Amino acid sequence: MAEIQIKQVSKSFGKVVALHSIDLTIADQEFVVLLGASGCGKTTLLRIIAGLETATSGEVHIGGKRIDHLPPKDRGIAMVFQNYAVFPHLTVYENIAFGLRMAKLNQSEVDRRVNRTASMMHIEQLLQRYSGQLSGGQRQRVAVARALATEPEVILMDEPLSNLDALLRMEMRAELKGILAESNTTTVYVTHDQVEAMSMADRIAVMHGGDIVQAATPVEVYRNPAAHFVASFIGNPPMNFVPAKKIKDGLWSVAGAQISGPSSTKNELQFAIRPEDLTPKENGLLKAKVALVEPLGSHLLVSCNIENNLFRVILDSDSSISSGDILSLQPMEDRVRWFDPETELAV
Amino acid sequence: MSTQPNMVVGQSRAARWAFNGSVLFLCLWVLVPIYLLLSNALSAPSEVTAFPKKLVPSFDTESVEFFLYFHGVGKALWSSIKVAFITMIMSILIGAPAGYALSRFDFRGKNAFRILVLMTRAFPLPLLALPMAVMFIRVGLDDTIFGLAIVHTTLALPFAVLITYSLFSGIPIELEEAAWTLGCNRVQAFIKVIFPLVLPGIAASAIFAFVVSWNEVFAAAVLTIDNRTLPAFLLQSLDDAPLHLKFAGGAVMVLPALIFIFLVRKYLFAMWGIANR
Repeated sequence: MAEIQIKQVSKSFGKVVALHSIDLTIADQEFVVLLGASGCGKTTLLRIIAGLETATSGEVHIGGKRIDHLPPKDRGIAMVFQNYAVFPHLTVYENIAFGLRMAKLNQSEVDRRVNRTASMMHIEQLLQRYSGQLSGGQRQRVAVARALATEPEVILMDEPLSNLDALLRMEMRAELKGILAESNTTTVYVTHDQVEAMSMADRIAVMHGGDIVQAATPVEVYRNPAAHFVASFIGNPPMNFVPAKKIKDGLWSVAGAQISGPSSTKNELQFAIRPEDLTPKENGLLKAKVALVEPLGSHLLVSCNIENNLFRVILDSDSSISSGDILSLQPMEDRVRWFDPETELAV
Repeated sequence: MSTQPNMVVGQSRAARWAFNGSVLFLCLWVLVPIYLLLSNALSAPSEVTAFPKKLVPSFDTESVEFFLYFHGVGKALWSSIKVAFITMIMSILIGAPAGYALSRFDFRGKNAFRILVLMTRAFPLPLLALPMAVMFIRVGLDDTIFGLAIVHTTLALPFAVLITYSLFSGIPIELEEAAWTLGCNRVQAFIKVIFPLVLPGIAASAIFAFVVSWNEVFAAAVLTIDNRTLPAFLLQSLDDAPLHLKFAGGAVMVLPALIFIFLVRKYLFAMWGIANR
């Protein structure tokens, strides 16, 4: 059992506050991705869990035991670093065996585990090589194998795929997901790549400015963003926003159209919808002037203008549209979201 | 090597000539004295003053043999080796931790410390040697191997600190962090991961400290009487000696330093930031 509890953890570097009071509970064997732009504090949080950084205040528990005062070696964790950190003076075999030798396992057990993790990561044929003789992708595999060999309760990954080229990254992503699911570890994975986060995570914790803005399943984060930031960060292209004015309780005026929405004490809200959640329809509610059409093969990405707001729509690639056209669009009712422009939270 | 034109400009013939000429000049500047020293040391005494000189010496070892069996040379040589060894060990034991701290930790006054380390080289030794001699006499360190080694360590330490600083800085912190997460404490991570990686560089800077001590003459001459190191002994004894013995003494002094520097040249280049691999 390795449930991770992070309680009111904060961290400042001098006057710079990297993390405000963070609370997060990660269930046993869960795969949680910390997602955010660079500088949002995601790596700092991971390093605090690992024990490579000391929190300014707050507690970290793993498996019910408070561990924030312990050195990294006593936390039952393993970590994979962005630059792999494969020891250059040791062979691949000795790299993978490093943690096992530190744990003073006997040679036959070391052999068994090294061979098992090496075959899991498909690097059996590289065991006698040195780091300098490996490609980036192979080093990545060694780093993961080294972490898995110790059979840790918690595995921490700091942007492990970001130094690989696009094709290899996609391959490794799928492979890593399978291997981690098999190994029954609790995983905390840091990335700035939302596709990686969506495809691998059980749960995504979106971070922004030293706070966790939303922690939910990938689909929930995508469909029901808790805040304006999440809506504009997740999704490619991100959600569209149009200002809405209150007509009466539960009825809002969006770019001249009357749309029923939430009842709110506020007089202004933001109407939000994802680009793929609109269908072209005669007498549709929204009128958008097409500014740019980008054919992307599987679909058309159409950038339009609604009351001087950039509004993107994804349409079938068969549709014949050119810039200057006026599109009439019907939003899918159950996909419309509303945000408060002051608190930036979902309504 | 300061005013040479860049190799890229090598299209111009004149520039290339100037470059090659300067390289040749600098090489001769270093090599000719060494050649003269060795060739005269290996000539028969009568040939040293003869003219014209033969290009290849006669490999007569009389002067060198005489020099080596000269009373006191053996003892001075042994003193030199002892002082240099102690200097080497002390400057690494003190210098390497300082270099590690400089590269891994942020602390108040770090830059000031780095400059101070360099500044110790700015004081001329003669200025320090006399007060130091007085102090050494008071504490009873005068004319001891250890006392001299302390002075030589002071001279070698700045190099040891700065060289090991750049060695440690060249090793990514993630390697250490990875070792910590794999079950090492700080000391174990250093021994198992960092130390093997810096070992060649440490050896190089140790040998550099050895050479600094080996070549140092002023402090040795001022601070010792009975326990003279070889340079101090030579300074004292060879003043009135015949020319061929001076050459023999010079050769015996230069050779170990040359061999050591040659052995570690790769690391010295690396330390001084010249790409060489």
